[in-house]
Amino acid sequence: MARRLFAGGRVVDPVGGRVAPADVLVDGGRVLEVGRRLDEAGAERVDCRGRHLAPGFVDMHCHLREPGREDEETVASGCRAARAGGFTHVCPMPNTEPAVDTEALVRFLVRRGEDAGLCRVHPVGCCTRGRQGRELADLGGMRAAGCVAVSDDGDWIADARVMRRVLEYAKVFDLPVLSHCELPEFKAGVANEGVVSTRLGLEPVPAAAEAAAAARDVLLAELTGSRLHVCHVSCAATVDVVRRAKERGVAVTAETCPHYLVLNDEAIVGFDSNYRVNPPLRSEVDRRAVVAALEDGVIDAIATDHAPHSREEKETEFGAAAPGIIGLQTAFSLGFEELVLKDVLGLPGFISRLSSVPAQILGLPLPRIAPDCEADFVVLDLDARWQFTPADSLSLSRNTPFLGRELRGRVVATVLGDSLLTSGGGSA
Amino acid sequence: MSFRHRHLLGIEGLSRDDILTVLDQARTFREVLDRPIPVVPALRGRTIVNLFFEPSTRTATSFNLAASRLSAQCVSFSRATSSVTKGESLLDTARNIEAMRADGIIIRHSQPGAPHFLSRRLRAFVVNAGDGPHEHPTQALLDAFTLREHFGDLAGRRILIVGDIAHSRVARSNILCFTRLGARVAVCGPPTLLPRYVEELGCSVFYRLDCILGEVDVVNMLRVQAERMTSASLPSLREYRQIYGLTRERLAGLGPSVVVIHPGPVNWAVEMDYDVADFPQSLVLNQVKNGVAVRMAVLYLLAGGREEADG
Amino acid sequence: MRSSRPAARGRPGKRLIINRSGITRALAQLARAIRLHNHAALAAKSLVFVGVKRRGVPLAERLARLVSRRSSAAVPVGAIDITLYRDDLQMIAETPIVRGTDIGFDINGRTLVLVDDVVFTGRTTRAALTELLDYGRPRAIQLAVLVDRGFRELPIQPDFTGRRLRTDRSDLVDICLQETDDREGVFLTRR
Repeated sequence: MARRLFAGGRVVDPVGGRVAPADVLVDGGRVLEVGRRLDEAGAERVDCRGRHLAPGFVDMHCHLREPGREDEETVASGCRAARAGGFTHVCPMPNTEPAVDTEALVRFLVRRGEDAGLCRVHPVGCCTRGRQGRELADLGGMRAAGCVAVSDDGDWIADARVMRRVLEYAKVFDLPVLSHCELPEFKAGVANEGVVSTRLGLEPVPAAAEAAAAARDVLLAELTGSRLHVCHVSCAATVDVVRRAKERGVAVTAETCPHYLVLNDEAIVGFDSNYRVNPPLRSEVDRRAVVAALEDGVIDAIATDHAPHSREEKETEFGAAAPGIIGLQTAFSLGFEELVLKDVLGLPGFISRLSSVPAQILGLPLPRIAPDCEADFVVLDLDARWQFTPADSLSLSRNTPFLGRELRGRVVATVLGDSLLTSGGGSA
Repeated sequence: MSFRHRHLLGIEGLSRDDILTVLDQARTFREVLDRPIPVVPALRGRTIVNLFFEPSTRTATSFNLAASRLSAQCVSFSRATSSVTKGESLLDTARNIEAMRADGIIIRHSQPGAPHFLSRRLRAFVVNAGDGPHEHPTQALLDAFTLREHFGDLAGRRILIVGDIAHSRVARSNILCFTRLGARVAVCGPPTLLPRYVEELGCSVFYRLDCILGEVDVVNMLRVQAERMTSASLPSLREYRQIYGLTRERLAGLGPSVVVIHPGPVNWAVEMDYDVADFPQSLVLNQVKNGVAVRMAVLYLLAGGREEADG
Repeated sequence: MRSSRPAARGRPGKRLIINRSGITRALAQLARAIRLHNHAALAAKSLVFVGVKRRGVPLAERLARLVSRRSSAAVPVGAIDITLYRDDLQMIAETPIVRGTDIGFDINGRTLVLVDDVVFTGRTTRAALTELLDYGRPRAIQLAVLVDRGFRELPIQPDFTGRRLRTDRSDLVDICLQETDDREGVFLTRR
């Protein structure tokens, strides 16, 4: 069991909202002490001068493709990518083949995560059997096996009575329902309905397709008193729905993804299918609204929606390409540049959106750098400038438009219990 | 005058000068087509492949003729006869064709951006013969050629495009091309077939044909497809004809200098009554004749020089 | 024809080799020779001129006027653009702009005098011949040039030559004509 002293850095406390210089002494996978100039007797010294230490990130929405598409990603490869990106906890979505709708499959995923030993894996189970949107899945069994939330992500539960039942039943097991809000009649659309889709002749999907679905879910959540979480918010109209619901006291939370903070639909001019994602990239007005919503807390969390796709699924015409962007290794940097460097959020606030807030929504123990807590934290170099190249990708897939982009700020090491892993490009 | 482009993917990437260069060259190729031997050796030894994933007789034939008149060899792959139907990816299909030393690929596809996709991955030059509802640049060029032949300059001319604008690549390319040549463009159709933000392309919008028909110099009718009825975009073809069709009554009321064009094929008695076929002010047959010359100009300008020309 | 005028040796630079009156005299001699040789065709109104663009065209027009001065009818003149028939299209970087061919008469059975300003490698003439034969079948084609500067790469010889110039292969020979350049002269540029 390693005893390590992380010395000379500045520790970020997202819950308290503070950043202060401190050393962190870790032993046996737990934080022993946090303070100034700690005694390092018997400890391996890890030089953290010029670095920041923050609680490990929690990705409440990602796709690890196992079982079924192990060519695109596995739990192991996904956790490697996650760890490099600063994530100590990941929540893989159940839209695999077969879909994760039984306790056996939840257990399978938990075990795969333990075998890989890189991240704490908290599966999300299906709301309905086979994600068909008709019959309830075994929410109780899945909860017992370790799932932390339920979702039919990839699809919206179109039948309102079924969604109501899901919300009611999930309440028993204190499971938040993560909803992928998309009216199915607009599924043929490939681009946000706007000037760009008109210019490019691409089948449009209006922002209303997301907002209307969110509105229905919010009202049902209000009816049942259950906890609803709106996935990947992409537009101002949905922000509005969530804001009003919160004002009314509905137990709703929301997340967005780095690509909705950084890109707008101008990016698809040129038909590069790396920008094809669902929900689609929206207008600049929507992008600003989503950023502002993170600032004022209407959107609670940042999740990656890491969506690996094989080359043959992506390297094709825009409308035929599978939608999705991998994001575990770039999430921190993109968010840091767009939110912290542009003064939208302070560093503790930004880290909380990645760490304590998602943990809270999922009922996970709050990651903290404090005595007697699990040593799950990251070492950050905020001055780093780097590029994410295909060779850097630890995911089995490479589908991201951020290849070659200059990124600011970097996770240089992630500590999980007593394992310390450095991410390429410099030591901790 | 110059044309420094490697591909023709759309009117979007063309300046006014580029367009005028193509039209100017098309004029010289019209003369070639009128010769006793309407063939020139300019593209001798080049191989041009027609890759048509959507059916088309007239466009494919027009390109075929254009290539042949330039002494290039033209080979056609159509959806019905190729492995495309077996699910071979677009990239694999194109790579296979390139391996056969094609110098240029003319592609028609149902997906916007398919020609752009190929242009980034192949050594051959790529001509967009229609990519879904996005663009059909050679149609716009031959329409502009036809109208300029009639009017001279298009500056200030009022051109009305009528029909299913939302799904029409001809509409998008024509709006861009005509406005770039200085014309004033308006579009007319039911709101269900007009995309939002279409004014941002540089045109004005009308929902009733009779409101605007009396004030234009050119009526550019578009084809309406029966599928639009099943997608709840149109109540019936009869209703469409009543409100948006160039009926014989409307035709009779057109001023003596107003001309009519249509990219073809025409749905007679839907968007136009058959009287238009005999209408002296219809330029539809001129469009067809000019198509080969314009496509010769395009192929010549793209293929004429060394392979590594920039753009 | 006058024998060759030696090219200036030595210093690089551009110099005037034949001035305006020199060109006028050369054209007059050409016209006389063409008229004499094609006496019958002229009388039968079956003589035509075709100038190679660009500067062959004004030369053809001048020659046609001179030749038909004592005839009852004007001799027709056409213009030919050989761009589409060049044998080097695949070697140049940028596609050359085509200016268009304009032959407004039937050439079948005619005696056609093809006119160009300079004959050099002979490739332009070869291209022009190929193109003309796509238009029809003249009874005869004769080549008339203002200047022959040598260095033929094909077996092509003019029937009527205004002046022969001794040049180096790398020299540039430029013809300026009133109709196209606002001045007249044959210039040689030594590099």
